[in-house]
Amino acid sequence: MSRGDAAHRTLHDLAHCRAGDKGDTSILSVFAYRAGDYPLLVDRLTPQAVAAHLRERVRGPVTRHLVPGQHALQFVCEHALGGGVTTSTALDAHGKAMAFALLAMPID
Amino acid sequence: MPGVDRLRIGCGAGFQGDRIDAAVVLADRGELDWMVLECLAERTIAAAQVRRRADPAAGHDPLLRARMRALLPLAARRGFRIVTNMGAADPMGAGHAVVSIARELGLPLRVAVVSGDDVLDRIDPTTPAMETGQPLDAQGPLVSANAYLGADALVPAIAGGADVIVTGRVADPSLFLAPIIHAFDWRADDADRLAAGTLVGHLLECAGQVSGGYFADPGLKDVSDLAWLGFPYCDVTADGRGTIGKVEGTGGAITLRTVREQLLYEVTDPAAYVTPDVVADFTAVELAEAGENRVAVGGARGRQRTATLKVSVGYLAGFLGEGEISYAGPGARARAILAGRILRERLGTELPDLRIDLIGVDSIHGTNFGHDAEPYEVRLRLAASAPSREQATRVGMEVEALYTNGPAGGGGVRRAVTERIGIVSTLLPREAVQPAVTWLCTDERGWSGATRSAGTASASRP
Repeated sequence: MSRGDAAHRTLHDLAHCRAGDKGDTSILSVFAYRAGDYPLLVDRLTPQAVAAHLRERVRGPVTRHLVPGQHALQFVCEHALGGGVTTSTALDAHGKAMAFALLAMPID
Repeated sequence: MPGVDRLRIGCGAGFQGDRIDAAVVLADRGELDWMVLECLAERTIAAAQVRRRADPAAGHDPLLRARMRALLPLAARRGFRIVTNMGAADPMGAGHAVVSIARELGLPLRVAVVSGDDVLDRIDPTTPAMETGQPLDAQGPLVSANAYLGADALVPAIAGGADVIVTGRVADPSLFLAPIIHAFDWRADDADRLAAGTLVGHLLECAGQVSGGYFADPGLKDVSDLAWLGFPYCDVTADGRGTIGKVEGTGGAITLRTVREQLLYEVTDPAAYVTPDVVADFTAVELAEAGENRVAVGGARGRQRTATLKVSVGYLAGFLGEGEISYAGPGARARAILAGRILRERLGTELPDLRIDLIGVDSIHGTNFGHDAEPYEVRLRLAASAPSREQATRVGMEVEALYTNGPAGGGGVRRAVTERIGIVSTLLPREAVQPAVTWLCTDERGWSGATRSAGTASASRP
């Protein structure tokens, strides 16, 4: 746990996240714990940065939607689930654990 | 039912295998008007079609009888009504099963079966799939096609006084919206209200996921008493506002954070959540704490529904073969890697889609983001898609053979073969889909006390 240590800070220290799936698309909902951190997340969690961080699983484009009223960022990641829950050979075919791949992202 | 000023609607199942005891607590102590049991995932109907081909009685949900035996007596005693999609590939068979259970239990009730979602005879297999652009049947023979029905398909069954409504593919939020529309007599063109009811349904449809399930992260997001997680209900008023709550004394938590996570769950565009009933905009939704484990929700806006309905199409996608074996202690990872090389050499030509995972190292995210310390134990998993059951079986057999032919100290082999159903989607014009209600009764009276229109057992109505 490196909470507060900016040198090793990850998204897990600042935000919570839930993963959902639609076919081969992984949908990641990120919420700032503190409203004051939301602008920082909007600045750092660009679609490009998220796509780069998740490149081992996400093969398609990443689209970002902002929902400021909930201090939320919604990432729609295409071609992320090895073909989707019904035909993927992956262990976590739903991508339920994808939320924690994103939360492992370093935030400097 | 029209004329009430508040409706309490609960969710007693959020997926096919959900806990039954949590639904019993909600049924007994939730003071519900309605309980929804949402048990159909995207591929469940297609899987049920495949089961039904082997056994004509197996087209509906395998837990239907267990759930109904547990809940029907409580529904009769507490006076709530049930909506469920446990009909899966055979809503009529499921309706008859509910009636037979009610007779065994000595409960009078009226069951409405809402069918019409099965459109396999109406789709053109050469239509491009929305996901791939290839023809729907490009990847395998089609076994099912089910249109997502909306709330309007269910409202006649509710208005007719059904105690239990059994259906197949209906959009999940619509299962909740239908009783709300009927209770408050909302107009079909009142898009903001339809969006408000859709928000309620969306928040409830995964049951425990709004009340503390799929949420806990010890030290950061703690949730008490998850072993006895309470399933949620919502108190809805005629203006479309709702308050999410759960039975006092149950486990879990309903907070701004749990509701917020579910608000955006599986929503591909928060400004345009498309259901058969409405296009809902959740971007201005307001959430407010309204007491312990109570959160008030409102502020959804709506636009007119689309002219088409989404259709989920199932195709036979061959088989998944899997095998796992564990290595532990010094050199565990090196021995697992050696095992993987052996397996690839023996099977890679026959099954080019071979996947080798090192569980405990990087199997889930495809990387471990630099957390590369030597693991004490590693579980090797081999998986492959195969066109035949025989070939899929080879996957597990090759892993099992590592006991005597592979690296030192391999133990705990498990193997599995699963028949697979793939899903692709297309759209149909609404006019091509015609829902119908069929009434089934144990006798002339049910328990709901709602105004009933005349009807005889097993008579179809438009």
